[in-house]
Amino acid sequence: MAARSARRSGPAGWTRTGIGVLILAVMLFPLYWMVNASFQTNAQIALPSPHWLPIGGTLSGYRDALREQGRHFVTSVVVALGTTVLALLIATPASYAISILRARGAQAVILFLLVAQLIPGIVMANALYRIFLPLHLLNSVGGLILADSTLAVPFAVLILRAFMVAIPRELIEAARIDGAGSIRVLLSVVLPVSRNAVITSALFAFLFAWGDFLFASTLNLGATDSTPISVGLYSFIGAGTNTTSWNSVMATAVLASAPAAVLLVLAQRYIAAGVTRGAVKD
Amino acid sequence: MSRAIASLPAQGWVGKDARRRRVRRPARAAAVPLAFLLPVLVFAVLFFVYPLAKNVQVSLQDYNLSSLYTGAAPYVGLRNYTHLWHDPVFRTAVGNTIEFTLLSIFFQLTIGLGLAVFFVRNFPLNALLRSLLLVPWLLPLVVSGTVFRWMLDTNNGIVNRILLDLHLVGTPVPWLTGYHTAMAGVLICNIWIGIPFNMVILYGGLQTIPAELYEASALDGAGGLRQFWSITLPMLRPVLTVVSTLGLIYTLKVFDVIWVLTKGGPANATQNLTTYGYQLSFGGLSRFGAGAAVGNVLIVVSLVLSLIYLRSRRSEGEGR
Repeated sequence: MAARSARRSGPAGWTRTGIGVLILAVMLFPLYWMVNASFQTNAQIALPSPHWLPIGGTLSGYRDALREQGRHFVTSVVVALGTTVLALLIATPASYAISILRARGAQAVILFLLVAQLIPGIVMANALYRIFLPLHLLNSVGGLILADSTLAVPFAVLILRAFMVAIPRELIEAARIDGAGSIRVLLSVVLPVSRNAVITSALFAFLFAWGDFLFASTLNLGATDSTPISVGLYSFIGAGTNTTSWNSVMATAVLASAPAAVLLVLAQRYIAAGVTRGAVKD
Repeated sequence: MSRAIASLPAQGWVGKDARRRRVRRPARAAAVPLAFLLPVLVFAVLFFVYPLAKNVQVSLQDYNLSSLYTGAAPYVGLRNYTHLWHDPVFRTAVGNTIEFTLLSIFFQLTIGLGLAVFFVRNFPLNALLRSLLLVPWLLPLVVSGTVFRWMLDTNNGIVNRILLDLHLVGTPVPWLTGYHTAMAGVLICNIWIGIPFNMVILYGGLQTIPAELYEASALDGAGGLRQFWSITLPMLRPVLTVVSTLGLIYTLKVFDVIWVLTKGGPANATQNLTTYGYQLSFGGLSRFGAGAAVGNVLIVVSLVLSLIYLRSRRSEGEGR
């Protein structure tokens, strides 16, 4: 691979960078357009010739967005963090049991989780709605965390397991010989070594829960207090083709994308690991 | 598409554990691993097995709004399913689902492959540009939908403004409100969302192709296009299979994008199985029985496709 890269790099390199920047500009244009509109006044947005830069703009879109959507933003943070913690609490011991303790039936569990990921969300929402109703879990933050965990747990188990399988047996055996029990081995050997996999699964658990719209818009349909920002944004535009306040809609969209953008910058390599792990290397 | 990565870790793992697990242990020692496995088992039963079973049960019932409060829902056998069979909206939804899925995958795959081929060469800032290209895929789907709803707006959207300024169209295109154009509108957004994922996976696949193959064929006088058809595409086949099957499974159940852009309209022009299932259950009529039936149809289709997927993975593995 390295040899190939070296062979391919040449004087034409910067030309390719230029083309690459152009491609990026086209692909990211919608995001630019969102940010651009979020800083304009609604009068500017409604003009027949578009403003390519937010010159003479306003922060009123963000003021509206924070006033209307602040609560939803906080709910999203709580739900996403709750989902992350719950998913890790379930997935870590599970992948430990599967990959290191060699639990019986591990194969069946893995296959089950693989298939579980393929179940359409609408089916889950349909069923969970009726299950949550008598338990008073509808329209609650707790219920939404449980529902979102169905997105995060299978993925977390599979990512963590893929990593733990590769931990050298000698490491585990050495700890055992020193008298460490199963819990001790997990906490002081396996977890520290698996740090990257834990971060990757936590990251995706957070992003899954943050981006969820289907569960939030079915299970929390009747709640105004415990709806996340995905639903908040939707109800902002859901009223119809009302285009009078596009700037606050776009400001809300910017707020709703902030975590993804921040995580991409801070944890880029973990995201790459999550996308490619297992996809092409067996 | 945001969950598309989720089943990727499938590949080639089953074998590894099977090999490791041969040791027989006394019953007490087996209890410890089981204790660690217990949380996920409980979770799986409560949040996957039980809901799915419940869904099958409800699809055999006339479960409506009053059932939610009284709990009374008479069993009607397969009537929910036979109703669907004769339901013109359901048939439209099936056709739309197929059209939406196939066109999405075709464009995501070809554009993704083009980008992967472009980025697999080394040039300055390559890694930075590649990671920035991931952004569309990490955004909440509702955000992407909202932005495209604004860009594709008939009177005010930038897409129509550019098209009009370039005199490519004479009148604004009703991207999301026209019966014949709405499918194109939702497709544009969904394709945009899926391109980064396809690119990343195909990029990984390209990297595994040995450079010697290209060098040898270059000595034989093969040009770039020839190399693409005779080396790149055949060598990439396993990865292409994985990406397209995953794309199939995940595009079948796309909900957020369509719901935010068109709600399945106008006049069901973009209604797919997922949005129809949603409308039946949560669209005000609370026809949970019918909604469950649509969901189960979707599950069967997904399961069949995932079996094909797992099988193709396995045979690819044996072939190597």
